[in-house]
Amino acid sequence: MTYLDYKVAQTPTGWRKILHLNWPLVFLLAAVASAGFLMLYSVSGGRPHMWAEPQIERFAVGMVAMIALAFAPIWFWRSISVPAYVVCCIMLLAVDLVGHIGMGAQRWLDLGPVKLQPSELTKIALVLVLAAYYDWLDMDRVSRPLWVLIPLVLILLPTALVLKQPDLGTSVMLVAGGGIMMFAAGVSLWYFAGVLAVVGGLVFAVLESRGTDWQLLHDYQYRRIDTFIDPASDPLGAGYNITQAQIALGSGGWSGRGFMQGTQSRLNFLPEKHTDFIFTTLAEEFGFIGTISLLTLYALILAFCLYSALTNRDRFASLLTVGVGGTFFLYFAVNMSMVMGLMPVVGVPLPLVSYGGTQLMILLMAFGMVQSAHVSRPRG
Amino acid sequence: MRKSPKDVVESARSVSRRGLMLGAIQAAVVGTLGWRLKSMQLDRADEFRLLSDGNSIKLRLLPPARGLIHDRHGVLLAGNEQNYRVTITREEAGDVSTVMARLRHLIPMTDSSVAALMAEIDRRSAITPVSVADRLSWDEFASIAVNAPALPGVTPESGLSRGYPRGGDFAHVLGYVGPVSDYDLSKIENPDPVLMLPEFQLGKVGVEAKLEGILRGKAGTRRVEVNSAGREMRELSRIEGEQGATVQMTLDAGLQNFAIQRLGGESAAAVVLDVQTGDVLTIASSPVFDPNKFVRGITSTDYGTLMNHDHRPLADKTVQGLYPPGSTFKMVTLLAGLESGVINGGSRFYCPGHLQVAGRRFHCWSRGGHGSIDPVQSLEHSCDVFFYELAQRVGIDRIAEMARKLGIGVRHDLPMSAVAEGIAPDRAWKRAKHEEEWQVGDSLNASIGQGYVLASPLQLAIMTARVATGLAVAPRLVRAVDGVAEPAPDFPDLGINPMNLRIARGGMDAVMNGDRGTAAKSRILAPEWRMAGKTGTSQVRNITAAERARGVISNDQLPWVRRDHALFVCYAPVDAPRYAVSVVVEHGGGGSAVAAPIARDILLFALAGGLPPLDAYPPGQRDAVVEMRAKLRLDTPEPPKSARVRA
Repeated sequence: MTYLDYKVAQTPTGWRKILHLNWPLVFLLAAVASAGFLMLYSVSGGRPHMWAEPQIERFAVGMVAMIALAFAPIWFWRSISVPAYVVCCIMLLAVDLVGHIGMGAQRWLDLGPVKLQPSELTKIALVLVLAAYYDWLDMDRVSRPLWVLIPLVLILLPTALVLKQPDLGTSVMLVAGGGIMMFAAGVSLWYFAGVLAVVGGLVFAVLESRGTDWQLLHDYQYRRIDTFIDPASDPLGAGYNITQAQIALGSGGWSGRGFMQGTQSRLNFLPEKHTDFIFTTLAEEFGFIGTISLLTLYALILAFCLYSALTNRDRFASLLTVGVGGTFFLYFAVNMSMVMGLMPVVGVPLPLVSYGGTQLMILLMAFGMVQSAHVSRPRG
Repeated sequence: MRKSPKDVVESARSVSRRGLMLGAIQAAVVGTLGWRLKSMQLDRADEFRLLSDGNSIKLRLLPPARGLIHDRHGVLLAGNEQNYRVTITREEAGDVSTVMARLRHLIPMTDSSVAALMAEIDRRSAITPVSVADRLSWDEFASIAVNAPALPGVTPESGLSRGYPRGGDFAHVLGYVGPVSDYDLSKIENPDPVLMLPEFQLGKVGVEAKLEGILRGKAGTRRVEVNSAGREMRELSRIEGEQGATVQMTLDAGLQNFAIQRLGGESAAAVVLDVQTGDVLTIASSPVFDPNKFVRGITSTDYGTLMNHDHRPLADKTVQGLYPPGSTFKMVTLLAGLESGVINGGSRFYCPGHLQVAGRRFHCWSRGGHGSIDPVQSLEHSCDVFFYELAQRVGIDRIAEMARKLGIGVRHDLPMSAVAEGIAPDRAWKRAKHEEEWQVGDSLNASIGQGYVLASPLQLAIMTARVATGLAVAPRLVRAVDGVAEPAPDFPDLGINPMNLRIARGGMDAVMNGDRGTAAKSRILAPEWRMAGKTGTSQVRNITAAERARGVISNDQLPWVRRDHALFVCYAPVDAPRYAVSVVVEHGGGGSAVAAPIARDILLFALAGGLPPLDAYPPGQRDAVVEMRAKLRLDTPEPPKSARVRA
């Protein structure tokens, strides 16, 4: 489909576009981010200059950027999808090279005034390029092996580069995000079933091989698995973080200890309290009421994305919206599962709440594309 | 690639089908998360809340202030002083060496102490405060507090530390406190947790140790919130501790000070008892040491000096020192003879200057002999032969029995360290101790307080008090605890015939006031303070026959450690006894020349409630008294009126 195919007459143009933004989504994002500001203020012990103020500034810039991006026509995103993907891969390569020279893990690319984390950008670029690919691909070829192989390569190339950094969390997010795109595009469920079967078999083999001659992992790796399954088995060692996080979470009870009254976070029992583990502070201070409210806000954001995608008859726009929503979903689901002890600890922030500039900006820009898709959707 | 409208519709439908499936999966995940939240935050909240509180709330002890010790008039003998100290915490200090350099401008520190401190700071964890300086003056402390902004990590702290304002005067009786050692803890079953506090002080010896139970008080508690590193963040609640009991001693600070000064650095001891109540007014051991040095941590040089001093300043000679009582024991032998009926007031023995018993010659101190002697004269002249004759007839067992009745060879219960029992020897004792039969010569030696007989100055004072009253006077040191007076003692009668007691007292009176009394020079002229006493000079060596042939060498020509001990016991006033005094001067020479004037001066000070008028002394003594007084450096405290405790 080209831009000529759009029913131009029914699509808002110019400043009128602002009236057609997905405003509920804008308010939901702002609500979640505000909860984040509160929590950042709390974990800093009432020193807003530490995290809350910078976060608010970035959020303001991000919101403006989101609305600005919403004005761009949807075809613009499709047309930049491939170049964006290529640029991202080059930047990842550059980071790997610089990091290699620097003899250590490096995720940042210093572009003079801006420091960029290309792996964050890559998540969106991957969504864009896969959406464009499936938009271009005929429906009846979607499940053919050759046409399945191409998106797999598109996913695994940046994943491999990110894994080299090394950044396991983002790698997992890229694979899962790509998987969601392929699922939404209609790739046969048999492929997914096959992958699940292989992964399940592998896990089974790894666990079964323990203590035998053909043991697949090192002993210390098994101990990590033990710690994940039962953090209490090693409360002062590897399980310390997760044990303390669960104590904070559980001790919140129904209504929590009150704003700024959480002992676990304020007394430094919690690790990474302003980034990956910020959810535990919210849980401790605002209790179940707070956590379930945040979860509801997240679910509503997902629901609005999904509704927008389902009502959008442009396949690229629809896939883009599903992809951004899916990435967002992965973020918060993985983060919450991690702090609740449902998943091993991987470094994934809580979207819009955790402190972190790149992550916040890129997420809001991605929602800018979702808004653009929403504004430009074919009507009637 | 251009698509047909059908394709567009088809693709849209595909997206919506998969979209709905995706939505369902996401909803399921969100539902799982919500369920997990519910189970953790609602179902298991109590369990986690408990764990969280256990993490962050710690109980800290507040050390109680130690109980005060006053003298009988309310003069402070042991108190708690503010101890200003400074600690440094590495984590907050950052650059420790810079901070230390600045600190050195404010408080004096040597290079070596700074080096030791830096090593200590490095060794401790970053958040543990390390003590930089202790016992700062207020000015130093204030200057550090004022400069706090330039001294990150430096905390001026104030705590309580034991102090003894009377210096060395009460060092032996009160003892001192010190930091709790592992050895201390090993001795205590189930130790009070407050003992584990780093700055806590425990009574080590003397009253401080014996009354530890009531002086320590009860620790308070603070509930504090700590962070993951154990650092205190805030206090949640506080229960103040209870200060230890205020103990009022029977001691008289002014009299004790006078006694110490009057002993004048000799290796000596003096005890003053109130014969009516048993109150120990003074229990002075000389030389003294400064207990404050022990509290602050005595240097090894100071400690070495104390340990190597031949006058043994660390020993408490009043209760731990055991001496042959010499002639002061003669009241015991005399009363044993009178009570057994062997002699009566009119009995006489003839003293030719010596007595031949069992092939051995026993000498009287008077080589020419005393001639015919009655019981009163036996004390007045301190005739040895009289007692040799008596001892042979009475037998050692009855002498020992009388000795114990009068308090010698018996442990007296005082809250002091290592109170010695002394020895009142008898046949059974020698058989048990030396696996030998008692010899008649042993009796003769014992009869004049030599040989196996050993008594402490405290026991001699008790003996004197019992002779003076006929009652079983028992000493006591504690007058009141927390303002509640100890019950007034009601001493039982000793069961000694008053007639016989009167003879012994008459003898003691004659010692002072008889024409030829051995201590007549030290008599008190003032009739209302008329005193009775008994001299004693106990040998620390045997005089061999060869020496005696050559002529006994006088004490002045002997090395100090071989000189005789000088002893004196006395009480006054003779008609209505109030105070009994004993004085022992180790290697002092003669009892009448050395010990008697000291005992008289102490007794007079007690009777007069201060320095007595000169006309209480015999005219010939007054110049010597004036000279003696000029040498004293008295520090007589003014008793605070408000602190008086009802007795």
